[in-house]
Amino acid sequence: MSRRTEFLSSGALRLALHTLAEGEGQPLLLLHGLGEHSPMDRPFWTDAWTGPVLALDFTGHGESDVPVGGGYMPEALMADVDAVIAAYGDLTIVGRGLGAWVALLVAGARSSIVRGIVLADGSGIAGGGPQPPSPYVDALPAVGSQTPDPFALLELSRDVRPADYALDYVRFVLEDSELENPIVVSARIRPDWLAAVAADIGVIELSLAEAVASFVPQAAT
Amino acid sequence: MRSFPGARPPDRTSHVDSSGLRLAVNEWGDADAPMIAAIHGGFDFSRTFDVFAPMLADGGWRVVAWDARGHGDSDHAHLYSWAADVRDHLAALTALSDKPVVMLGHSKGGGQLLDLLDGRPSLAKAFVNLDGLPSQFSSPDVNDRERRRMRRADLGAFLDRRRRRNELERRPDTIEGLAGRRQPMNPRLTGEWLEYLVTVGARHDDLGWRWKIDPVLHLGGFGPWRPGWSMEHLAALEMPFLGVLSGVQDDPMGWKSRREDIAPFLPPGGRLEYCDDIGHFLHIEQPRYIADLVLEFLEPFK
Repeated sequence: MSRRTEFLSSGALRLALHTLAEGEGQPLLLLHGLGEHSPMDRPFWTDAWTGPVLALDFTGHGESDVPVGGGYMPEALMADVDAVIAAYGDLTIVGRGLGAWVALLVAGARSSIVRGIVLADGSGIAGGGPQPPSPYVDALPAVGSQTPDPFALLELSRDVRPADYALDYVRFVLEDSELENPIVVSARIRPDWLAAVAADIGVIELSLAEAVASFVPQAAT
Repeated sequence: MRSFPGARPPDRTSHVDSSGLRLAVNEWGDADAPMIAAIHGGFDFSRTFDVFAPMLADGGWRVVAWDARGHGDSDHAHLYSWAADVRDHLAALTALSDKPVVMLGHSKGGGQLLDLLDGRPSLAKAFVNLDGLPSQFSSPDVNDRERRRMRRADLGAFLDRRRRRNELERRPDTIEGLAGRRQPMNPRLTGEWLEYLVTVGARHDDLGWRWKIDPVLHLGGFGPWRPGWSMEHLAALEMPFLGVLSGVQDDPMGWKSRREDIAPFLPPGGRLEYCDDIGHFLHIEQPRYIADLVLEFLEPFK
């Protein structure tokens, strides 16, 4: 099928949510990497998933609106995913790069609703590292509706991601989830935060296709 | 409208553009005098300098203050972050002066200047920080930084608030009512001052007075930032520096840094003053004393 697009409200802005595959039951939500946009077609590694396959364009990416003046933080992108949760309820998430980091954050925040996350390689997986250097500060002109928003590229490649901060979210997920292994790491590139997550007891490692398949029986309704 | 002893409205108002957002600017003093850029704290606005800024202006300075995005008369934004505020400060500074100026920041504004001046030291010929030196996990006006052990409830509350952002609005009240609601944040400031603040920081509609600040902004929050990182920025500063710390440890908006927390990180030649009996809003609680301290420090930089 060609993808179907709907728009969700995020304050005064619109978020583009694409349906890549129809289906019954709990959705699988795909989150793209930094500067990317949602795929046009269902990726092969989602073949085992029997429910709908959705893909969200983050604020300032793809077909979603661009805010004036930047101000991006991964914590704010949690709210983008939460708009999908508000519309669709329980779901499983596969996040690429930046999307992996956001998936972990929102899984910790909505630990009883996000039913499993897969953390995959992709653009923006490292962020700004575990500790900030002296900042580079520069003003940018207004960009209008162009995506990816240059502010997003600038700000979401610099946000700090300490390992212990990531592990707080892991703890929230593991304490609250009914799943045996709610966090699966598929990424091969491991910045500090992801290495710490992967090493945590209760987190497992699988290939992307295996990881998606691992959530199917538990997600079936 | 209300008056307050010593309070003086700005001599000039204007605005600057920061990447498409309009920031409201207020100025006191001779337009040709050397410039002090004054950066307010979180949940404040530039008119909170209405007593302090005229004292500096009367000392021979042009004091320029702007409202942060979402605060005072500046535009509300879709996204708010520490880094965006820092960038807004850069945009305002470069629009308002083509040479180095004195920079003064209170609370969150002072903390943001630590970052800006670490990255862009050539902007400032001197830096005054009023109780904006974060060494403890206590900065209640900063909502994208860790101030305590993160709780899951904080995350849920943040998302719930974002879901309702289209419905959020500031609650209307009388001048006295709005001042009374702010009093718990400012227990050391007088009701007379807070009522004055309402008349310059709130707007009136058919239902009463409402603070202008974007209702999506709220006290507290979570995030990965550690105050020790800001201390490294402090130590890296290259310009003359005066830090003034409040010694009142139970002020609810206070940052609670102690002399011994900060002293090891002072930049070369940096000066630290500790005010045992003045609260977090140093320049509002004791404006004459703080203004004299600042004027004396800045005299060589006129």
